[in-house]
Amino acid sequence: MSALLSTANLTIALESGEAPVSIVRGLNLTLNAGETLGIVGESGSGKSMTALALMGLIPSAMRASGSLRFEGQELLPYDEARMTRLRGARIAMIFQEPMTALNPVHRIGRQIAEGLMLHEGTGEAAALAEAARLLDRVGISQAAERLGAYPHELSGGQRQRVMIAMALACRPELLIADEPTSALDVTVQAQLLELIRDVVAERTMALIIISHDLGVVAELAERTIVLYGGAVMEEGPTRALFTAPHHPYTRGLIAALPGRGRRRGRLTAIAGSVPPPHLMAAGCPFHGRCKYSGEDCRVMMPPVTQLGQSLVHCHREEAIH
Amino acid sequence: MTVPLVEARGLTRRYPLKRKGLLGPRLVLTAVDDVSFSLMAGRSLGIVGESGSGKSTLARLVMALEQPDAGSVSFNGENLAGLSGAALRDRRRQFQMVFQDPFSSLDPRMTVSHVVAEPLEVAEPTLTRSARRDKVAAMLAAVSLPDEALDRYPHEFSGGQRQRIALARALVTGPRLVVADEPVSALDVSVQAQVLNLMADLKEARGLTYLFISHNLAVVEHVADDVLVLYRGRVVEQGETADVFDNPAHPYTRALVDSVPGIDAAGARERIRLKDGGRHAGAGCGFAGRCPFAAERCRIEVPALKDHNGRKVACHLVG
Repeated sequence: MSALLSTANLTIALESGEAPVSIVRGLNLTLNAGETLGIVGESGSGKSMTALALMGLIPSAMRASGSLRFEGQELLPYDEARMTRLRGARIAMIFQEPMTALNPVHRIGRQIAEGLMLHEGTGEAAALAEAARLLDRVGISQAAERLGAYPHELSGGQRQRVMIAMALACRPELLIADEPTSALDVTVQAQLLELIRDVVAERTMALIIISHDLGVVAELAERTIVLYGGAVMEEGPTRALFTAPHHPYTRGLIAALPGRGRRRGRLTAIAGSVPPPHLMAAGCPFHGRCKYSGEDCRVMMPPVTQLGQSLVHCHREEAIH
Repeated sequence: MTVPLVEARGLTRRYPLKRKGLLGPRLVLTAVDDVSFSLMAGRSLGIVGESGSGKSTLARLVMALEQPDAGSVSFNGENLAGLSGAALRDRRRQFQMVFQDPFSSLDPRMTVSHVVAEPLEVAEPTLTRSARRDKVAAMLAAVSLPDEALDRYPHEFSGGQRQRIALARALVTGPRLVVADEPVSALDVSVQAQVLNLMADLKEARGLTYLFISHNLAVVEHVADDVLVLYRGRVVEQGETADVFDNPAHPYTRALVDSVPGIDAAGARERIRLKDGGRHAGAGCGFAGRCPFAAERCRIEVPALKDHNGRKVACHLVG
């Protein structure tokens, strides 16, 4: 059986001037039906661009190359008609800020029903009835009455619930959630993460959860990829990755987290900051901030080694082992 | 007995809301409601709460950028409300503020040296140009920015470096209190750690006192000696940080602590399930609408903040 989603050497570059600037560099990932995958990274890691690429929504100045397959079908180069059939119906996405994804002048019931009417030819009455069921499922009380509400009448958490209802409407095989709870208060975030976990499990949807917050990814993903500067640093089972990180960047990221049991000590910071994409060298994007780096790190992309349960993209396998 | 550096007593701030219709009642939002705390010199007080809990309004009251409708703030034993404009300007040298967004809190048209020198021009107008430049250079060195930074503009720096610039600007007049409102919330984790370490170093070296506001519990737990948990403008729990976070007493604090997703606890965990309640309009506890334990009394009577095992908790069901 082929994977639900796979990429091979997926590269997304800004086509400007003489040299294209790569935002995502040679991403290889495989996701089977019903699996949950986390993508973590800081700003500039390329995580959101990856999400947009999977949806065929990258900005027009960008170009995607390599391979991107959904259920075995190659999606690159993008064919807009094909992507429109997939988006919403087979692959759905929820974003950080539901206000930008919801249409402010349309009632939420209609917005949820729209996908069903468009993709599945469901009649309006039946689509609205399904919208009410979905609203109820995502925890909006008095769902039938709330169909007529406008987005601005809802709280941030409720709007994100509506987004989830919209995403679920056509029973997609893959849900992509890009920082779905980052704009929300922590108690509301916890409720929404639980909701996402439950609906993904009960529908055996595959999930890609993208976040800068390692905790959020740990809540939802069985497997996680750590991105930095557009390239994969380390990937593996989430628990193993966070409890026994190997890559110098993953280790640094986890050591830099303030939290329980590390109270009042000094945090282990990673010196420097992410270089802008146009100044990124050909080699490992982390080399400028890495204490192990040498000349080979700067000029060549690192090899991939299995260490423990993780795949580590690093030239210094000996040193970090 | 030592006088606290900052003492807030019954601070209250109300904002009028728009009338609902021409003849509707005039509604009032109480953003900060009867908040008291003492902050001793050299300590750090963390203020946590969700959006709309009144954290930033409380900061502005402490900074005397807003006047309370009731209650008072004393700085070093002196009530700020009684001060004239000139006297208040003079005291202001001793408390400074750092904001969340280093991208919008620094004037993009000013060079870094100008950004950092500006508070000095107000606080010490008699300084010579070269003395001022020396102070600014020393301040930049203290926040680990190179000399070359002086003549550059804020946009040429990364987020973490901009927050260093903001700290240099805040500290150049030699304040005793720094009110930091979400100072690391816009930064990536790896850079956040640099800025938190720097703030700890500066506190040590300059004997600073911090009022540290954040929605991020892990950050507050790391930084603050004491913590004050706000919910809809009222203190629900306050005490020593380690004590409160290890053993939260108020249902809201428990829910907050439970809700932080951790990297070591993958998968489902037992949590307090908050209700998705809207604003509870009644006279009782502001948290009653979301509290899974709320009883009849909670909807009628506002719980007072009472001593409980060495801290203060405002809950009918505790103690």
